[in-house]
Amino acid sequence: MIIGDRKSLTEILDMIKDCRSILITGCKGCVTVCNVGGLKEVQVLASSLKIARKKEGKSIAIEENLLERQCDPEYIAELADVVHRYDAVLSMACGVGPQFLAEAYPTQKFFPAINTKFFGGATGHGVWEERCAGCGSCVIHNYDGLCPVSRCSKSLMNGPCGGSANGLCEISKDVVCIWDRIVKKKMEQGRLADLLTVMPAKDWSTSRDGGPRKSIREELTQ
Amino acid sequence: MDTFEPQIVAFCCKYCAYAAADLAGSMRLSYPPNVKIVQLPCTGRVDIFHLLKAIEDGADGVYVAGCLEGECHFLKGNLRARKKVEYVKRTLVELGIEPERVEMYNLSSAMGPRFAEIAREMTDRVRELGPSPVKAEAFA
Repeated sequence: MIIGDRKSLTEILDMIKDCRSILITGCKGCVTVCNVGGLKEVQVLASSLKIARKKEGKSIAIEENLLERQCDPEYIAELADVVHRYDAVLSMACGVGPQFLAEAYPTQKFFPAINTKFFGGATGHGVWEERCAGCGSCVIHNYDGLCPVSRCSKSLMNGPCGGSANGLCEISKDVVCIWDRIVKKKMEQGRLADLLTVMPAKDWSTSRDGGPRKSIREELTQ
Repeated sequence: MDTFEPQIVAFCCKYCAYAAADLAGSMRLSYPPNVKIVQLPCTGRVDIFHLLKAIEDGADGVYVAGCLEGECHFLKGNLRARKKVEYVKRTLVELGIEPERVEMYNLSSAMGPRFAEIAREMTDRVRELGPSPVKAEAFA
């Protein structure tokens, strides 16, 4: 899923400083699962912003809303009747949400309340880790299910580099060297010889290097 | 300020703090009437939103009183509640409000005098801090 963190209240308050009424809209998709933009987080943000405004002696009307998904126009359309009642709309979805909203309602102001960070999963309660870089050309089968693109700081196709020490990456003691894991897993499974094959340089044109991407499935288009 | 009587909301676990409040009553212990108690089945039930909502609606102080650490009837409810209280404290700091207005306490059902002491401690603390800057009256 897409993982994000909520922006600081200071940043959000600055975005809406001229607003007297706002709509906060959450998303039931990824951001609900990673506890950053679901119903509860919408309520907490709304309450925090009201406290901030009351402290300044100013009023703000806040409407709370939750959409099924903010990455599908059909759900965005549900806001058609209400979206213009407010000075601005705060989206608690990933970066896709405010953009789809802005495209659907070009005269309204939309602000992102979330910093979208990466594709990942939960490794414990309240802990999410990156597992995919969306490179557009998956290679994890070559590395026993461990992705060097997203999990190696240098995205090395042939590793480890000289910065690997005691299973950790040189950039931080909190970062595991995924190449250390790959080598150990290959050794455990008796397939270390796989790593003698030099992997060719990765074609990054399927990644962000190829510019904004699009996926079209003819069988589904209308 | 001399006449300021803080309004405090206490979220109390029914297995410990709420029972301790009962005991304090049975023991004829007096504690400030400023504290309004909300009974919970476990402090694990308290949500960040409940604490913020109390502040938003004008409470001068809010505290959560759960079982002694390691003694939670549901194992970890009180530890989770502490993390939520800490989150709310961080939120208040970000908003420029004294984090001392929110607190987490741990006690057992046998600690009636401690319940009264906590109520006094929190009331004195909040009285010292003064009215909440988000109080409805201040807003109006």
